[in-house]
Amino acid sequence: MEIKKHYWNEYQKEIADNNYFYERSCIRQTFFPGSEATFLKILRQELGKKIVDDPKIHTCTGIGYHSDVVPFDTTMTICARLFSLMNGAELKNYVPSCVTSFGIFNEVIETWKHFPEELEKTRENLRNATGREFEIPENIAHPSDIIYKFRKELKLKMKYQLVNKVTGKPLKVVEHIGCHYSKIFSEASIGGAEFPHVLAGMIEEWGGEVIDYPERRHCCGFGFRNYLVMANRGYSIANSKKKFESMKPYKPDFIVSNCPGCAMFMDKWQYTIAEMEGITYDNQGMGIPVLTYEEMTGMLLGYNPWDIGLQIHQVQTEQLLDKIGIEYDQKDKYIGKSGNYLGVPEKPKNLRV
Amino acid sequence: MYMAKLYELLLKDVRFREGLNACMNCGICTAICPAAEFYKYDPRQICNLVQSKDEEKIEALLKSETIWYCGQCMSCKTRCPRGNAPALVISVLRKLSQELGYFTESEKGRQQYAINRAIGENIVSIGYCVTVEKIVPEMHPEQGPVWEWFYNHAEEVVDRLGGNYKKEGPGALRIIPKESIDEIQKIFQVTGGTKLHDNIESFSENKSLELGITSNKSIEGNDYFMHVFTENSDHHQK
Repeated sequence: MEIKKHYWNEYQKEIADNNYFYERSCIRQTFFPGSEATFLKILRQELGKKIVDDPKIHTCTGIGYHSDVVPFDTTMTICARLFSLMNGAELKNYVPSCVTSFGIFNEVIETWKHFPEELEKTRENLRNATGREFEIPENIAHPSDIIYKFRKELKLKMKYQLVNKVTGKPLKVVEHIGCHYSKIFSEASIGGAEFPHVLAGMIEEWGGEVIDYPERRHCCGFGFRNYLVMANRGYSIANSKKKFESMKPYKPDFIVSNCPGCAMFMDKWQYTIAEMEGITYDNQGMGIPVLTYEEMTGMLLGYNPWDIGLQIHQVQTEQLLDKIGIEYDQKDKYIGKSGNYLGVPEKPKNLRV
Repeated sequence: MYMAKLYELLLKDVRFREGLNACMNCGICTAICPAAEFYKYDPRQICNLVQSKDEEKIEALLKSETIWYCGQCMSCKTRCPRGNAPALVISVLRKLSQELGYFTESEKGRQQYAINRAIGENIVSIGYCVTVEKIVPEMHPEQGPVWEWFYNHAEEVVDRLGGNYKKEGPGALRIIPKESIDEIQKIFQVTGGTKLHDNIESFSENKSLELGITSNKSIEGNDYFMHVFTENSDHHQK
């Protein structure tokens, strides 16, 4: 048993306990702005942690780097500037919201370890461009790592569980890990690339049941240039479709992802497949709701679904809220910041809303 | 005449040295690769070809459709028994293809012009790769009607969700301060980012003239942009 315990230690990672520097994500801000606000609220108000949201931060260039319009030297130096901002806040624990960014920072730091001359070149480049110096973070954790770390503490504060209120049975959940969370540097993730546990740990702790389906670890299909260019989007939708077909027989109640791109694609491609082919992957023609892990956590803590952003999902989430027994005000769904009613989105032809 | 010039250029990039060591051509990268399932694409063959150091074949590869199929998911890195990363090799091949102007010789390569105009210019002008206003519903029909509603009411919705849409200060989708934008631009100048941008632009302009398709300084009304953004000869799948 001791040998087994030791073996599993390789699949753990160190996650800082407090005092974080948050880096916002281009993709998460754009498609799930409520998720970032929810994460900060959970850390500050539920867990009493310090996390700095510096307005001077910016893109890590990740989407540009992986679509080959930004050189690696540039990406390394942009990352160095972000680290310099973290140093300026007198913090050492870097928390990038995006899974692509998480991969980028791990790639950059790993490169500097293996090729010290690249680190020196980056220091010189940053100095020449901006006059700045920087120190490498002591700890890099994805926000999903932090929610995982405090999943037991959060459970004590939760108003709901991942349980069907009528049957009393656990909800069946598909967990999708963004590729760049664990596939590039498995040691940087909880559970490694083969057994990533970051989302499964949350789901199991909060009463749900994780679905283990054949294409569980297949990419969502983003593929960077394969989505960014209209002519290539067949690649992206085909990969998502492969996953949907594989998970359908297990009748998932919802999908949750730690990557904002994956969450967005798995939501939007269900709509597109429904409109193109009349196919949905549930039994009611409504699709399978897709949540970010911040939304899942906020929802169970009892936050207003329309304050965390569930109204900007194409696959409607009320079917999930009803299963759990979460209270919500339908009239509040399409109200803006000013308190004005913003009207309702047009109904799709095939996907039921 | 080539005297291993292209291979030596590839070797200069640390990612190439890190990503390809003693590949034994087992093919597990191809077995796990989503692009290999969708396209006429085989990362095992690419690693084999590059390892051969055959300059003529490498030049043909740099001009081909093949190197543009990879989706950079990095699944190959996870599975390679040698710890190699064919996706990193692809990144270096793409970099060299753009430095030499070879990317304009393939349909998929020419798309770099559109990506550079969209993502590349966003980074240096607004400090984000993408924002809400850049996901125009007409160019993204797959985003659906909820996106269109959100797009049309972005400030009201983002701010309700705790954001700070196009305003100063912290919060989602805030304006990135000028000081940060200035430093991003300087970093691009010092590290080769601006040069790569200009390279893609100038080689693409030459290609647009060769094809007789007009281009201009913006995306709107730019026929060459729309051509590379939408052209699909449908010869890429198996």
